[in-house]
Order: sequence, then C-alpha cells, then structure tokens
Amino acid sequence: MKAKIKLFATLRNGRFDVAEMDLAEGTTILNITEQLEIEKKDAAILFINGVHAELDSLIREGDDVAIFPPVGGG
Amino acid sequence: MDKILRIDMGAAGGPKMKVEDLGQYAGLGGRALTSAMIAAEVEPTANPLGAENKLVIAPGLLSGTVAAMSGRISVGCKSPLTGGIKEANSGGQAAQVLAKLGYAAIVLEGLAPEGKLYKILINKDGVKIEPADEYKMLPNYDLIDKIKGVYGDKVTCMSIGPAGEMKLSASSIAITDMEFRPTRHAGRGGVGAVMGAKGVKVIIMDDAGLKNREPKDPEKFREANKKWVEGLRSHAVTGQALPAYGTNVLVNIINESGGFPTRNFKTGQFEGASAISGETFADIETKRGGNPTHGCHRGCVIQCSGTYVDKNGKFVSKQPEYETTWAHGANCGIDDPDTIAMLDFLDDNYGLDTIDMGAAIGIAMEAGIIKFGDKEGAINLIKEIGKGTYLGKIIGSGAAIAAKVFGVERAPVVKGQAMPAYDPRAIQGIGVTYATSTMGADHTAGYCIATNILKCGGFVDPLKSEGQIELSRNLQIATAAIDSTGMCLFIAFAILDQPETFQALVDMLNAFYGLSLDADGVAALGKKVLSAERDFNKKAGFTAAHDRLPRYFYTDKLPPHNKVFEVTDKELDSVFNW
Ligand code: SF4
Repeated sequence: MKAKIKLFATLRNGRFDVAEMDLAEGTTILNITEQLEIEKKDAAILFINGVHAELDSLIREGDDVAIFPPVGGG
Repeated sequence: MDKILRIDMGAAGGPKMKVEDLGQYAGLGGRALTSAMIAAEVEPTANPLGAENKLVIAPGLLSGTVAAMSGRISVGCKSPLTGGIKEANSGGQAAQVLAKLGYAAIVLEGLAPEGKLYKILINKDGVKIEPADEYKMLPNYDLIDKIKGVYGDKVTCMSIGPAGEMKLSASSIAITDMEFRPTRHAGRGGVGAVMGAKGVKVIIMDDAGLKNREPKDPEKFREANKKWVEGLRSHAVTGQALPAYGTNVLVNIINESGGFPTRNFKTGQFEGASAISGETFADIETKRGGNPTHGCHRGCVIQCSGTYVDKNGKFVSKQPEYETTWAHGANCGIDDPDTIAMLDFLDDNYGLDTIDMGAAIGIAMEAGIIKFGDKEGAINLIKEIGKGTYLGKIIGSGAAIAAKVFGVERAPVVKGQAMPAYDPRAIQGIGVTYATSTMGADHTAGYCIATNILKCGGFVDPLKSEGQIELSRNLQIATAAIDSTGMCLFIAFAILDQPETFQALVDMLNAFYGLSLDADGVAALGKKVLSAERDFNKKAGFTAAHDRLPRYFYTDKLPPHNKVFEVTDKELDSVFNW
C-alpha cells in the first residue's frame, strides 16, 4: 500500500520533506520512524490525516502521515 | 522599582508630574499592577479616549534583574477596542530599562489639549516633559531615526505611530529592541490610541549609569537563575525549536491539525502553508544573510525572533511572528514571505496590531474590496492607514469595525478583538480562552494550543469539548501570574513539562523579594488578577453573553474536520468558578 510521509523542522535534516512510501500492511508510525532513524523523543507530535496519532497507530492505504519534533510558539 | 511616576497630561499650564511610593500597590508588577491600578482608579464606564482613562506601563516583578527572560512589559488601560480592561504585553528593551530606572509604573493620566504632542525623557537624573510637535504624524521608524540623531542609540523608546495619533482602535505602542528598532509592540486592544489621547508621542528612557536590581538573597537568586537557564536550554521547545525557527514553526503543525484559519476563517488548511512556514522563513533568512535566531531584549536566552532581509540583504523587518504570518498570510490567501515581511514592517511603522490588521484585510477581501491573495492590494490597504484616508481609518480600527462598515457578518472577533491564528472549531480549547478571556479573543491569555496540539503539559483532544474548560481555566490563571513576573510567556513550554524549572522561577521570586511563595501562592496571584479584571469588565457592562464566540462558529462547519465549536454556554460560564 502507498502512504504519504511528511517530516518537519529538524527532522528534515538529512532526510526529506515529503515522500510517497510503499508500505506493508500493518505498518505503524513507529516502523517508519525506526526505518528513518528518528529517535522516539524526536517524533513528538504525530498526525494521520490531520488527527493526532500515536507511535503505534496503524497506517492505512492513502494515509497522510505527519511527524513533528517537539515544537512551540504562539 | 519602588516608585510610581504619574503624569497628568491635562493639567492646567501643561503636563504635571509627581513621583509616589508604591503604597497599596507594593509587591505587584506587570499585569498584576496594571490591572490592579485600572480596576482601582479608572471608572469602568469611562470613555477609553477620555480624561478618566489611564495608561499604565509596568515592568514585571523580575524585570531589571539578571533573571533570564525577565524583560516583558505590561501596558494597561481601558481598551478602546474591547471596552473592557486591557493588558498588552510586549518584549523589547523597555521593561529592563524602566525597572532599572526604579519605576514600578508610569501612569499617564488626564487628557492633553487637542493638537498638543509631548515627549517624555527619563534618565537617572529625573524626568522631563517637552513639546514634540516636530514628531507629529511621524511613522515609528522615522521617529526613531530622528531620536537617534539627538539622543543616540543607547536609549530605549516607547512610541506611537500615526495610527495612535489618529486614535485608531487597533493602534499599538512600539518598543525598541536591542538594535534600537521599533519592532516590538504592545499590540492588542488599541493601547496606542490611549497614548495618543494622552498626547504622548514617545517616552525616551536611558538607563546609563544604572545597575541591575539587587535581590534580597543574591546567593539563592543566582543559584535559581542558573537552574532556570538550564531548564530553558534543555527543553526541546525553548532550547531548540524556538531558537531555530521562531514562533513560525507553528504554521505547518497548525495547518496539519486543520485549525489554520484560511481566507477569513473559511477553511482550516491553507494550500500555501509550506511557502510561509517557519522552515521556509529560516531558510530565506539564512540564505540572504538575515538572522533566524535573535532576542527581542537583553537577557533572552530563547531568542525566538530573527531579522528578515530582502534579496539584496537589506533589512525589511524583524522575522514576522507566527500570528503575523498567519494574519497577513493564510487569512488573506497570501503565500509570499516578502509581502508578509513588508506588511509586518508597515504595521510596525504606522503602529498597528498585526493580528487585527490581517483580520481586517481578510474582511475587506471577503467584502470584495480587494481579492483574496492580492498582495499589492493588501500592502496598499495598510498604506491607506498611513495616509489617514477614511478607508485607512476603517481598516485601522480593526476587524470588528471593518466588518460592520463593509457589511460582512462573518467577523472572527470576541469583545471586538480579532481572533488570532487558531480556529476554535478545530482546536476547541482555544475557543474557551477566546470566549472567556477578559481581554477579548486572545491566544496568549490561556494558550490551550500547548496541550491541544503541541502535547506540552499533557494532551487534551482538540476536536472534543471534554477537558477544555479546566485546561483553559488553569492556563488563564497561570498566564495572569506569569504576565506579572515580566517573564516571556514562552517559558510556559518548559515549566509545563519540567516541575524543577517552574520551581526555579518560584525560587527566583522568593530570593529576590524575600518571600516564601509556593505553587498555590502563584495560582492565588493569577486568580486575584483575573478576578480584578472580571470585576472591572462586569462594571463596564459585560455579561455572560459577551463570553461567547460569534454565532457562525456554532453553525458553520470548518473543513477538513467539519466541526463546529461544541463547548456549551453553561460550560463557558463555569471557567471562572474557583
Ligand atoms: S523568546 Fe522571543 S518573545 Fe520571548 S523574550 Fe525572547 S525573543 Fe522576545
């Protein structure tokens, strides 16, 4: 299955901004961050299709996955 | 900081000043002081631009000390925009300098005779008030240039631009930064108009020859400040994300969450978000030779600000804040950083609140005066304000007035003040703060984004109404206390997550003043501030009906989540039940 993976802020360094990935059924966000060598603490805020997700959330066909490090502002 | 400077701008024979002891205000600083004074001394039904209103300028309790982050200043009055009490908070050099000069507050009272304009000079030798007719209608940057020629660039200024002189209800008070540029603004609620009504163009402060304020217990203070700085440096947000990208790092994440108000709050995602994100701004600044990491005052260790330059490396403006980037960007359908930076400069130069300006232009776009996405058109509308045309005056009066004049019913305002960069239908917690804050729609009053979106201090689902009342209540209480210390609110990210960093802040207050405050004491201070503000607003005529969002937030669904604001009126009315 295919899903779109988006990285932000410092997570982009040495990786990518956005990539279309071919994933096996049952892939979680954690599988992706491990594959990309992103430490757990650096994958602080996660969204699937604009809704907050967890590291163990399952990714489905066509999902839009966003991974942010800890950020703040206001 | 043991005296109060009062200046009666309307005294017979010209402005008259007196210096007083703190009296009943001893132990108060920042917002606690401005709100206590306004509540005690200003008739709640007073005309905001009349002689009965006062403008109170107060550094925080820890300003003027070596405590990191302590350079925020509070500006209080009855707001011409909301009709309620106002505390507009700003960075820049003024808090540190005024505190070192020994003033807990400057209070401008009375009403200057029509057409009179003054400058106030404060240094270690005293205070001088002089006519300033030569500065009439000067924009802030031009004014500061002139002042530099006479007083040098080591002084600090608080000034109004043409918008304040015209008494427009979205006008700001500019405060100079470390480079002596008027880039920092007490922006919200039309505080500039009140300074304009008092006939004060600029306050020039000089702390030459003065030392930092000394704590009661220097040893303990130094120790606590060390832990404080360590805590701020080690937290991922205050130590890394804010310095690297500034507040604008929020563009992508708020857009992702579906709560990024686009084209006058029609949708929650902007297709041009990436082009105006913090990542893009930092990139541009680095490539062009600007600077993405810069503090707005001496002693800031987070340094969320930056300097934006044009293609030739020439200064355009400070790095626009997230709120500004959103207001002039997504909310107007504009995806061009250069245009946004130019609008930021023009707002600063004329002395205008960037949030209400972006919201007002969004309204003008909805009304068809210019099209969404019209970059030149947006710039021209702000320039109209500088020219003082009727169209300019309408825009410069903020989104609520512009909406009425242009016949637009979808005005994103509460108590007359424009909503900032988060749609309350997709981020329900911030809707509670917008609705109930004593300030009108204000994100900083209780920044639920931290917990709704950024997972600081836990997590409360932004798309549900559960837990939002308690979240907003606790944050509004904590914020009222922090705004009284002179600390920049961005410390909240670290203290929400790190109890030892919060303790370091309490320890600093205790060591400085010889107190024995604990967490409950801090909360009690916050509640006291809010209660005084609520009480003032009630007497000014505010009821529960004013603690609501505009109707369309309850009826019009916001894509992509297709949600409306779901927190009930009954729940909203319980925010201040403690
Ligand atoms: S963190 Fe930003 S807003 Fe706060 S004091 Fe520093 S530069 Fe100013």
